[in-house]
Amino acid sequence: MSGRAAAGTYAPEPGAAPLPRMVRAQAWLETRTQLRNGEQLLLTVIIPTLLLVLFSAVDIVDTGEGSRVDFLAPGILGLAVLSTAFTGQAISTGFERRYGVLKRLGASPLPRWGLMAAKTCSVLVIEALQVLLLSVVALALGWSPHGNPATVLLLLLLGTAAFSGLGLLMAGTLKAEATLAGANLVFILLLVGGGVIVPLDTFPDAAQSALRLLPISALSDGLRDVLRQGAGMPWGDLAVLVVWAVVGLGAAARFFKWE
Amino acid sequence: MQSAAALEVAGLVKRYGDKTAVDGLDLTVERGTVTAFLGPNGAGKTTTVETCEGYRRPDGGTVRVLGLDPVTQGSELRPRIGVMLQSGGIYPTARAEETLRHMATLHAHPLDVPALMERLGLGSCGRTPYRRLSGGQQQRLALALALVGRPELVFLDEPTAGLDPQARHATWDLVRDLRADGVTVLLTTHHMEEAEELSDEVAIVDGGKVIAQGPPDVLCKGGAENTLRFAGRPGLDLPSLLKALPTGTEAAELHPGSYRLTGTVDPQLLATVTSWCAQNGVLPDRISVERRTLEDVFLELTGKELRS
Repeated sequence: MSGRAAAGTYAPEPGAAPLPRMVRAQAWLETRTQLRNGEQLLLTVIIPTLLLVLFSAVDIVDTGEGSRVDFLAPGILGLAVLSTAFTGQAISTGFERRYGVLKRLGASPLPRWGLMAAKTCSVLVIEALQVLLLSVVALALGWSPHGNPATVLLLLLLGTAAFSGLGLLMAGTLKAEATLAGANLVFILLLVGGGVIVPLDTFPDAAQSALRLLPISALSDGLRDVLRQGAGMPWGDLAVLVVWAVVGLGAAARFFKWE
Repeated sequence: MQSAAALEVAGLVKRYGDKTAVDGLDLTVERGTVTAFLGPNGAGKTTTVETCEGYRRPDGGTVRVLGLDPVTQGSELRPRIGVMLQSGGIYPTARAEETLRHMATLHAHPLDVPALMERLGLGSCGRTPYRRLSGGQQQRLALALALVGRPELVFLDEPTAGLDPQARHATWDLVRDLRADGVTVLLTTHHMEEAEELSDEVAIVDGGKVIAQGPPDVLCKGGAENTLRFAGRPGLDLPSLLKALPTGTEAAELHPGSYRLTGTVDPQLLATVTSWCAQNGVLPDRISVERRTLEDVFLELTGKELRS
């Protein structure tokens, strides 16, 4: 690492790469970073798969009529969206903020909205892998899905928007350690109280009506209506998700601190 | 566009709550030069630099970087500047080469990544995660990130802090290469030697203002005078020596046989002293010239009390 370089080596030739290339590169980097992270994989892959297998095989909770996997698979797909769009994204973005990664990127040619687009792409790629894996496992366990795949996709996308807004709001306002603890706590609470593996009708009536307004309840309930019963558009659940998405993304855009 | 200075800061004011961090700061950096930005901690250096980088919105005054407003024209400006943050800004698990390659991908005409890694002594740690790099390697990776996009202007925040002497000299060589290739460099540093070695211009900032600016040798010449010392036979005829020297020069025999001249010590003065000694049959011994260093100037201007 010594000696002088040939003249002209560092001659200025500045310029931003084309925007699609920047977003693609950023999304790919974020996806790789997530897939390399053991804690994140525990959350996004291992826990949902284990819950699906365990609760399908063993009669621990009363899932009502029909096969247990038909009840569980839609809830676990909702949980997969929760784990990636909310918990995973909140934790990684919180630490990126803390380590100055967001600040450093703020001085790069990648615009902020390009960074957000890349994060969204990365979340969608990981979710696609999750849905693929969990569907294969569920089918192996005897799952027989119904309904219109487009409706399922719409629910998954709206759920992603709602959870991304809430995750980014948390990451952009709290300290990284608080985000780490809080995002995991919310994950567990929503896992238990959001109709993922425990049917909401096992809760008292008063609690039920409040729990039904949670984004995870709307997502798992909507997915279950379609995938289990072949229902049409679950308008009520979609409306709940839209409200959460607008409130969450709006608040994140307003209060997110980059440093 | 090319006629504008690389950096023009006029009357910059930046407050945090009721604390004024920058208080009417003026600074001009010409294209293709290396400027060292010196000042005690808390003087307003980082705030000024971060305002130029577009991170902070000025409360008063104007900032133009490459002729652009960093706040309203940031998207046009950012591809043209390179930023080295003291804090790195790299994810701990990100690998060195991956990080640099990624930054290269965000630019249209990046430098060759392996060559840059090699140049900065990072060739053998491409697959090492950031958190496992030594402090010096982390520092050099942050420097590489600032350069890889072939910027016109780079902001280097204490680029050699914590580096060993070899790495420091290699970094200095790199800054000289940048300058030779026409890149403008603004570097903040606490190393006076670094500022003297590298910079065309030095700006000393304190209390949120630039209190002195100029080429390092000019700054060192002004103000207090320089000193020439020599030893010789005791009891030399100093008034006769002074007659040969420019007015304003002072001479003293500090103790028998030990002499000190103060004034403008230049080659001419030295020649006059030695020829006077020759005429008087004196062999001057241990001649030493003491010039003010940049550190002397810095401490005179900013005082010696410790800053928080």
